[in-house]
Amino acid sequence: MIELDDVAYSYGGAELFAQVSLSLAPGSFHFLTGPSGAGKTTLLKLCYGELQAIAGDVRLFGAPARTLTRDQIALVRRKVGVVHQDCQFLDHLSVIENIALPLTVSGQDVDLANLQDLISWVGLGSQAEQLPPQLSGGERQRAALARAIIMSPDVIIADEPTGNVDWEMSQRLLTLLIELNRMGKAVLIATHDLNLIRAAKSQVGTRVLRLTDRRLQQAGADL
Amino acid sequence: MRALFRQFLWRFIGGAQADRSVPPTGFTAQLTVFAAAAMAFLAVFALALSLATSRLADRWSEELARTSTLRISAPADQADAQVRAAIGVLETTPGVASARALTAQEQQALLTPWFGPDLPLETLSIPKLIEIIEEGSGYDATGLRARLQAEVPGAVLDDHTSWRAPLVKAAGRLRSLAWVSIVLIAATTAAMVTLAAQAALAANAQVIRVMRLVGAQDSYIAWAFIRRFTSRAFAGALMGSLAGMLGVFFLPSTDVAGGFLTGIGFQGVHWLWPLAIPPLAACVAFFATRAAALRRLKEQS
Repeated sequence: MIELDDVAYSYGGAELFAQVSLSLAPGSFHFLTGPSGAGKTTLLKLCYGELQAIAGDVRLFGAPARTLTRDQIALVRRKVGVVHQDCQFLDHLSVIENIALPLTVSGQDVDLANLQDLISWVGLGSQAEQLPPQLSGGERQRAALARAIIMSPDVIIADEPTGNVDWEMSQRLLTLLIELNRMGKAVLIATHDLNLIRAAKSQVGTRVLRLTDRRLQQAGADL
Repeated sequence: MRALFRQFLWRFIGGAQADRSVPPTGFTAQLTVFAAAAMAFLAVFALALSLATSRLADRWSEELARTSTLRISAPADQADAQVRAAIGVLETTPGVASARALTAQEQQALLTPWFGPDLPLETLSIPKLIEIIEEGSGYDATGLRARLQAEVPGAVLDDHTSWRAPLVKAAGRLRSLAWVSIVLIAATTAAMVTLAAQAALAANAQVIRVMRLVGAQDSYIAWAFIRRFTSRAFAGALMGSLAGMLGVFFLPSTDVAGGFLTGIGFQGVHWLWPLAIPPLAACVAFFATRAAALRRLKEQS
């Protein structure tokens, strides 16, 4: 679905990483780890077309990312659910309207009553009508996750999804992501949280990648 | 074509939920409504001026083209005879409907604005005037002048050509100026809406980021802004137009004040013309916002 082949990226002429290859297949579960500033977020952005690689090939659902127009990239994003650490919402819309936003922008009829199951699944049943600024960090992460999966995407990409939440909440989020993976979704999570990785490995087959020294490597056995 | 129109309507009228994606408040909303209202108000007066000058030019052209004056300068003892001779000539001239000598009172009334009402007309050597009303395609001025020269040597025919042309030209210029004003008003409206739309797009950068993140295409995001600014411009222009029409309606009437300026206004179906201003303002806003939004979205990609 998403393939990176010998990809490089640089900011202002300074190479961030190079010779990065990655393939996200249906049902795969990847963790991406590495020191701060190694380029994890940049690598994720290449995976959903927000950035273009300066070298190598990125293929998004079979199409070379370089040839995609902005509108075609928008269509790709409907197949990729993205969760950021700093979850951004439309603050003037309710939580449930924010979660339904991908349906709205894709022109689908939105019946908010039908979203109750999803809202309950992420544990936000009582916060559905609140505005995003009224949510806690963990609640925002879960709302972002609900928004990311509402289109039933093939791939879920999460950038430090547990960065702002306590251990208990991170376990809940992980459980949700594992459930989605069991439904056949490919999951890619960038995180510093080694405990999260270990917890996931005990429940699902994962591949842990480390982005360090400008290269992407398979993590050691300790992970 | 019909499918395109349907798509346009769907995008414009539908998508209430999509509209909500953009926060509803902000100074750009008031700015757009105010600018559209002010510009529409001015446009109503420019339109009234244009229509008034059109009427004026037509009236001058029509009225002056249908009349002419024969001036007879002769010694007092020959004046009446020459007037009679001239009228005789005129009555047998094809294209002349009627010819009559102005009375002393009428001549006095013509001179009153310059010399006052107490002018002793009988003591002055004032030429006699004959008013000629034309019919059909009018008379042959060259032929008439030749006949008058032979039969009434003191007669001078003035068919108003020499001063009708500059008057009509002046009215035409005024009309052109009014239309230029309307075009400038439309351009100013476009500029104001563009500025407001750009400000709104800049203020909503995060909204645009989020919408892109969840898969919104540029056209969808642009339409959210286009709908909003088009409807604001329409509402503002409607208010401004109605206010302008009221202002024109309550202008002093010609009967009361007289003169050209009080002739500014609308007559009959011309009152419908200002109602075209709100849709036109909406069109201007539509294209201005569309251009600004697509440019901005391209820059932000």
